[in-house]
Amino acid sequence: MLRMMVALISGTLFGLGLAVSGMANPQKVIGFLDVTGDWDPTLALVMGGALLVAAPAFRVILGRRRPVLAEDFDLPANKGVDARLVGGSALFGVGWGLAGFCPGPAVVALVPALVTGIVPVFAFFAAMVAGMAIYERLS
Amino acid sequence: MLENFTPLSGLAGGLLIGLSTALLMLMNGRIAGISGIVGGLLARKGSEVAWRAMFAGGLLLGAVAYVLAMEEAFPVIVEESLPIMVAAGLLVGLGSRLGSGCTSGHGVSGIARLSRRSIVATLVFMGTAILTVFVTGRVL
Repeated sequence: MLRMMVALISGTLFGLGLAVSGMANPQKVIGFLDVTGDWDPTLALVMGGALLVAAPAFRVILGRRRPVLAEDFDLPANKGVDARLVGGSALFGVGWGLAGFCPGPAVVALVPALVTGIVPVFAFFAAMVAGMAIYERLS
Repeated sequence: MLENFTPLSGLAGGLLIGLSTALLMLMNGRIAGISGIVGGLLARKGSEVAWRAMFAGGLLLGAVAYVLAMEEAFPVIVEESLPIMVAAGLLVGLGSRLGSGCTSGHGVSGIARLSRRSIVATLVFMGTAILTVFVTGRVL
């Protein structure tokens, strides 16, 4: 029960962070990726701000024997760089560059899209879920 | 130059995302990776559905909280056509799952624990995204 509360609070902080940062707006993301145009470095500060907290926090947290509410830390066992990692990330980057949406902002943007009725946001979200379902089929 | 740069709100949002990431790892021992959390809701096997649903619900709740507090929706401006958005969504969904993560799981949690896989993945998706924006914006 406590773990569910933590997941809800963590998700809420994350969603709030995305809304505050401006990253739910694809134009801010494309502005960052457009390095030869009118470059907008905001995304670097969002990632930098997140790492400013998460990197030192992880050093302390992962030094613990176990998390506060769970049996173990669920970290990826795979340590090697392989074709699936590189190929999948390359495909993800192409989609990210085309739309300016990655998974977090695509979820968070559903809220203003519901208010103002921006159809392409729902189309992107539905297609993203379909892409994830295709992966489940393949694996 | 830099007329769209919003450093303070960017940094503030980033700190909140970092706090969220640290909290989930400290308490639950789980990575705050959105593609894994949303994609994991579709997995047939596994018992980790409930917390993922709570986290995803929290993402929406955070957005609602922002709209209520600011009394206006945050801007979401889409300039691309519907077919492009659908193709992009498929690539983001499939690619992030094949590549075991996205901007949050690799770009924040992975880099925060200095994972070699996450550093490579982040460089690759940043690279292909920058190239895609260059080709669609400058070449085509």
